[in-house]
Amino acid sequence: MNMKKTKGLVVLVAMILVLSFTLVGCGTNQSSNPMASPSATTKTTSEKKVELIGSTSVTPLAQDLADTYGKNTGVKVDIQGVGSTPGIQAAIKGTCDIGMSSRNLEGDETKAGLTQYQIATDGIAVIINPANKVKGLTMDQLTQIFTGKVKNWKEVGGDDEPILLVSREAGSGTRTAFEELTKTSQKTSDGKTLSLVDAAAPIIANGNGSVKSNVATKKGAIGYMSLGMVDDTVKKVTVDGIEPTTTTASDGTYKLSRPFLLLTNGEATGEAKNFIDYILSADGQAIVEKNGYIKVK
Amino acid sequence: MNTRKIKKEVLVERTFHGVFYLAAILCIISLLVIGGFILYQGYPAFAKVGVVSFLTGTVWQPLAGIFGIAPMIVASILVTIGSLIIGIPIGLMTAIFIAELAEKRVSSIFMRAVELLAGIPSVVYGFFTLMTIVPLIDKFWGGGGNSMLAAIFVLGIMILPTIITVSANALRAVPESYREGSLALGENKLMTIFRVVVPCAKSGIFAAIVLGIGRSIGETMAVMLVAGNTVQMPHSILDRVRTLTANAAFEMGYASGIHVNALFATAVVLLFFIIVLNVVLTIINRRGRENL
Repeated sequence: MNMKKTKGLVVLVAMILVLSFTLVGCGTNQSSNPMASPSATTKTTSEKKVELIGSTSVTPLAQDLADTYGKNTGVKVDIQGVGSTPGIQAAIKGTCDIGMSSRNLEGDETKAGLTQYQIATDGIAVIINPANKVKGLTMDQLTQIFTGKVKNWKEVGGDDEPILLVSREAGSGTRTAFEELTKTSQKTSDGKTLSLVDAAAPIIANGNGSVKSNVATKKGAIGYMSLGMVDDTVKKVTVDGIEPTTTTASDGTYKLSRPFLLLTNGEATGEAKNFIDYILSADGQAIVEKNGYIKVK
Repeated sequence: MNTRKIKKEVLVERTFHGVFYLAAILCIISLLVIGGFILYQGYPAFAKVGVVSFLTGTVWQPLAGIFGIAPMIVASILVTIGSLIIGIPIGLMTAIFIAELAEKRVSSIFMRAVELLAGIPSVVYGFFTLMTIVPLIDKFWGGGGNSMLAAIFVLGIMILPTIITVSANALRAVPESYREGSLALGENKLMTIFRVVVPCAKSGIFAAIVLGIGRSIGETMAVMLVAGNTVQMPHSILDRVRTLTANAAFEMGYASGIHVNALFATAVVLLFFIIVLNVVLTIINRRGRENL
């Protein structure tokens, strides 16, 4: 009697497993790249939720805004920092409520029907290892360094130490903005952007935090990252003699700056609109400033 | 006997056969579906870029439409070979120690330690290497430390548990009578191990190595953390490299259009390597068994 019960149980479990696998197989019927849109969980009508996906530079600011907004209104805001380009793709495909980008839209992205809301401006700081005695570089020197033409710190007034480039992955908004501003990328004949930094064989780091930790721990390293995320573990250099601060970035004297954009498919509606309105209000912009970014009003 | 009872028992047995058959079929179906999907998605990239141009191109700039994966193929191969140079000798010797030389209590402690090592997530391996080995390499040779050497180190350690456990089991499975016969004929213990036990366990050891290679060539996270991820043809073991798997991981998140197809085409290349590997090792195995 006992053997029969066990057998029956095993058969039942096996059947359930087989059925569930078949259903999963039939259920996945996505477009050619389901991964390009990091999925947002489905909303329930009772729980108010906003999903943001995109730039790793915008993420810390968005998180602070989300925490305060959540405390005030009880609305849950989810933030995923995966890179500007994936964020823009997610906004286009509608797999999130709001996409975050730390660069301007380019090419096909501008024709995809996205509405842009600039919530802040951020400088891009050029950082070096704290042990490096170089204080500043010219824009020209930056171009030469990041395309690999200048290979040693002694050529720009530092010690005899080979320059170690740290750059970002291809989908990074910070990278795209930096390359455009320092003229280290080129437009090809069919409108695409060719990066000239790759030929200089940089370390590729995944996100602002990774750039910072690479530069902080490696003596000859130089990299670029969101100004608002810089801390004492790395040293900022002046560019063309201008110190990177929120003041110089906002009045344009510091040349390396880019917008923080929130993107929605069409006009923002519902909870997404409420969140964006909050960010653009005086309270929201005060938080922007508090975090070391430049407000837009 | 009760006919109804017999019929019921036959039915239950047949159902069992059916269920197990279904489970096995599921495995084959999964393999065919995944392989087919990868080929289907990867084909447009081969068609557009050209198979030769794709496999031998040295520039990878997907946002500009340039797809060449030669540096990454070389990186994956070299990193795998390097990890095997570390993993096979150490792994095999440990397995021999555990299965043949150690006394029972010591052997079980070691085996348990190895099994624990197998359970550590790859991210942890990568992070550990990033925090200890990479700065060490930077200290001695400069260049930041992120390098092929660091990747070889982390992968070498990661494939050890696989190689050790499967090899040790293969060695243990050799009948005791073989050892007894060899010792009775006058061989000492060491010679017995190398001339009788190990050759007898050859197919199991080969299986261990194949599993090790599989894990090494497919490892993504740990390698991404320590290899530097630069797309360049490596000229020295201290150069930064990007493996095929790391490349796919970096870019699948935002790729669209032909870029997606190119990433699937890299998956095709990886699949091809694994298949070739399995075929070659099956042939060696078969020939080895004939000579035994």
